[in-house]
Amino acid sequence: MDKTRGKPPAFSLQPSAFSLILCCGLVIILARSEEGQPQKKESQPEKKESQPEKKESQPEKKEGQAGKKDGEPEAQSPAQSEAVPGDVIAVAPPPFSAGIFPCSGCHEDLELSPIPHKMTKRHKEIVLNHGPTDRWCLDCHTLNNIDKLHLASGKLIDFTESYKLCGQCHGPTLRDWKAGEHGKRSGSWSGKKEYLLCASCHNPHSPKFQPLKPLPPPVRPKDLR
Amino acid sequence: MEKKPLKQDIEEPGRRAWLKGLSLAAAGLLLPGCEGKFNETDLQAFFQKNFREIPKEELRKVLERLGEEYSAQYGQPVSVKATPPKEGVSFAYCLDLSRCIGCRRCVYACVKENNQSRTPQVHWITVLEMDKEKGVDIEESNIYYDPETVPRPGKFYMPVACHHCNKAPCVKVCPVKATWQEQDGIVVIDYDWCIGCRCCMSACPYGARRFNWGKPHVPAEEFNPETDYLGNRPRPKGVVEKCCFCVQRVRQGKYPMCVEVCPVGARKFGNLLDPKSEVRYILENKRVFIFKEELKTLPRFYYYFGI
Repeated sequence: MDKTRGKPPAFSLQPSAFSLILCCGLVIILARSEEGQPQKKESQPEKKESQPEKKESQPEKKEGQAGKKDGEPEAQSPAQSEAVPGDVIAVAPPPFSAGIFPCSGCHEDLELSPIPHKMTKRHKEIVLNHGPTDRWCLDCHTLNNIDKLHLASGKLIDFTESYKLCGQCHGPTLRDWKAGEHGKRSGSWSGKKEYLLCASCHNPHSPKFQPLKPLPPPVRPKDLR
Repeated sequence: MEKKPLKQDIEEPGRRAWLKGLSLAAAGLLLPGCEGKFNETDLQAFFQKNFREIPKEELRKVLERLGEEYSAQYGQPVSVKATPPKEGVSFAYCLDLSRCIGCRRCVYACVKENNQSRTPQVHWITVLEMDKEKGVDIEESNIYYDPETVPRPGKFYMPVACHHCNKAPCVKVCPVKATWQEQDGIVVIDYDWCIGCRCCMSACPYGARRFNWGKPHVPAEEFNPETDYLGNRPRPKGVVEKCCFCVQRVRQGKYPMCVEVCPVGARKFGNLLDPKSEVRYILENKRVFIFKEELKTLPRFYYYFGI
């Protein structure tokens, strides 16, 4: 015991030999990730220099956030509701079935009845399940100009502006849609966004969102290979 | 008294330099003996620093080396970028609990975009199915639901991924500083610095971090070659990974992939500092719910009720 205890001090008297063995040992034994530790020791002074920079910039960020949360909402929200991107909205084209538009292609020579009736020849697949039960085609479609829709005021609008028609009843939804909250946005968070028409996701004749088949569940940990 | 500081001042740098030189030489001599095959790139990879300490010129070389490595591995040109965060950008994410139908489109879009391992399976997003009557109760939640169609009556769905907390417990516990929050709020991981101790996984209250138990396998034909150092580049075995807000997309101005793919538009992403962004509108006008708010992790991920 005494001998073994005595040896280490003798060893430490020769720092060069000791560090040589230590180093070789380090290099051979240590895993790649642990290799960073000696390097880290060396780079600590640099790190200390760079850390304050980061710390300096963090408070800035937090100030920005705090400022936004405390002061800005009151100032910004009215401006935001005014700045509705009305004409800026680049809407994806309406989701027509192939070959169905322009409607006048077929309807030009057809005489339409202005009286509500059941479809017996064409458009039989359309099931109206949207709001009141007495709703029918010409509430939205236009008798004398079938390629256009019309608002309650009688104003004719294109199919590309159909959100205005929907917004007559679904005002808050239209407001949220314009702000980007309702509906899917694609494109760029910082720049041009692509808006989808209401009709792109909701079938206007039966607007309830259809259920989907879910993609497979994750593998249970016990089955993970 | 005077001798001690003098000794340190003079001897420390000398010894340090000597040790460094020795370890480099030893590595150069001994490693080829261990591996059989050995070249310069291996040595560069071996001595690669923590991402935040790599000087700019060196970083370019590192990215080039990684790009070449991945290109060879996946048989297609792979770009590895390290786009820095932009000034005046602070990201936030909002998810509408009243709209999510639990279809898991986001989960698999994320897997594809971010080159997550197919076998063993790694998913960054977990979708919890919960009872409307019981509310947000993780104990009662089910992540293995698999009905014919969703949503099931009486259920609601809550996707959970990294919350990019401003006071992130994972960042706090990492013993090697391999994970940190960037200027724009994204919590990122340096996969080459991570030692796989999994402290961050146990610290994360959202269960958002995943460990690569095996060597990640991504089929070459499904590999996304647009990668970022801190995001979707291939990960080695034995490191932790998690949602990175699609850093490779959002720093180029695009939306994250889960936002792009969500069929019900329940996912919203944007810049908190931009008063016209969707996220600002939601935080100012909707009923917002912060998951595990009591832990004071200050997440950048907000749940809300749009309807």
